[in-house]
Amino acid sequence: MALLELKNITKYYNQVIPALDNVSFSVDVGEFVSIIGPSGAGKSTLLRCINRMVEANSGEISVDGVISSSLTKKKLRTLRTKIGMIFQHYNLVDRLTVIENVLHGRLGYKSTLAGVLGRYSQEEKKQALRIIRILGLEEQVYKRCDQLSGGQKQRVGIARALIQNPKIILCDEPIASLDPNASKIIMDHLRDISTEMGITVIVNLHQVEIALKYSDRIIGVNKGKVVFDGSPLELTAGQIQTIYGSESEDLIFDLGQRHAG
Amino acid sequence: MRDDIFTKRRNDNLGFFALLIVLTIGSIIITKYDVMKGFSSISKALIWGGSNFYPDAESLRILPQILPKLQETVLMSIAATTVAAVFALFLSLAGSRTTRINRIFSVISRGIASLFRNIPLVAWAMVLMLAFSQSPLTGYFALFFASLGFLTRAFMETIDEVGNNSIEALQATGAGYFHIIFQAVLPASMPQMISWLLYMIETNIRDATLVGVLTGTGIGFSFDLYYKRFDYHAASLVVIFIVITVMLIEFVSNNIRRVIL
Repeated sequence: MALLELKNITKYYNQVIPALDNVSFSVDVGEFVSIIGPSGAGKSTLLRCINRMVEANSGEISVDGVISSSLTKKKLRTLRTKIGMIFQHYNLVDRLTVIENVLHGRLGYKSTLAGVLGRYSQEEKKQALRIIRILGLEEQVYKRCDQLSGGQKQRVGIARALIQNPKIILCDEPIASLDPNASKIIMDHLRDISTEMGITVIVNLHQVEIALKYSDRIIGVNKGKVVFDGSPLELTAGQIQTIYGSESEDLIFDLGQRHAG
Repeated sequence: MRDDIFTKRRNDNLGFFALLIVLTIGSIIITKYDVMKGFSSISKALIWGGSNFYPDAESLRILPQILPKLQETVLMSIAATTVAAVFALFLSLAGSRTTRINRIFSVISRGIASLFRNIPLVAWAMVLMLAFSQSPLTGYFALFFASLGFLTRAFMETIDEVGNNSIEALQATGAGYFHIIFQAVLPASMPQMISWLLYMIETNIRDATLVGVLTGTGIGFSFDLYYKRFDYHAASLVVIFIVITVMLIEFVSNNIRRVIL
């Protein structure tokens, strides 16, 4: 059975043009899926509908067998603990240290009082340090996040998502503010998370080449509609043009570096 | 097209200065203010102050009387400000766009803040005089209400400024409302809030003198007493002590700011 299933998701921000128009697809355990499309195509909205940070107007989403749209507030929190999220602007609390930010990923499991007081168990702290080490941040553990580079901040973001023990990680433009070097480190980590830990990774991306190189599967979105859904090997120059519209005529794509699957 | 923007900007600036000049000249004519006489009397005032308004050896006899008054005024200002800050924190959390529970709470707390802020301190003092007569309590509540209004507004802006990026991230991990307040909002905005609190304490020590004149308590009353007895030497000594106290407090709070910001 699919881990994540979207059925006929439609979302209107205003009455006229839908941000998402009848979107349906399903994703399996451990899949690495890239969502590509021009700015304003609805990629961010699509991602946020999955953990209900944005409420869809109609349609049904099931995550790990649970239909999310009907959940109460408390059950929704439990569901969100299974879904990690990574942001373009990292969304860390800059004045807190790396380890404090990472441990924020455990708050979904905590009672109100324990969370308010920031009481984490020995086991949680050990796990945080383990994840921080995997991501190569062991020297920054007690540094404040405003002293980190962009790439390091994004790795803290990944660590915060991983400590949730998620089944899915959603990444909203994770490398859009990073230089090519840091971008590669982040994408390599995300690829490892999918391959080695078996966590499903769904990434919104601007860069088609990176989507081709890292993904098991690409979903192309234009004007709120899914216009392509298939493996990187099936994506042709013509289809890229359908996804990006007429603006892509002059763009040059290097279709050589595809993920072998 | 570009030229138009530059011409427009220059015309805007010219228009603004023309308006300023018209307002100034207009108000001088309406109030029949004699500019020359105004400036020449400044020197007269300075000469009078220099020959009368200074402490002499004889006025030092009042030190044992004014020092306890000064202490009372400073402590009352600090107490009024810190207690107001606690209430302002709750009101600002309820009122801020990013942390409000719902629109109604937000409107109510913004309304309270605006009401308390827009009634002048002097009016508070006079009205409260009717309730508490001449006692330190009158000054305490006058400062408390005025500070509450100002601090609520300042705290609200601080919370809005730290933004909802990290709030969004914690919501996505499944964290609850109080988790987010205590783990993201407060750590991010606390230094700026403390800075506002220190500023308010400084301002309130100055204003407490004025309130003291009106309500007949504290150091303000001492000043009023000596001034009305034409004992200018003693009155000037009181002023000097107020200035020294305010400068000391400013020095201390600047140092605190440097550490926390």
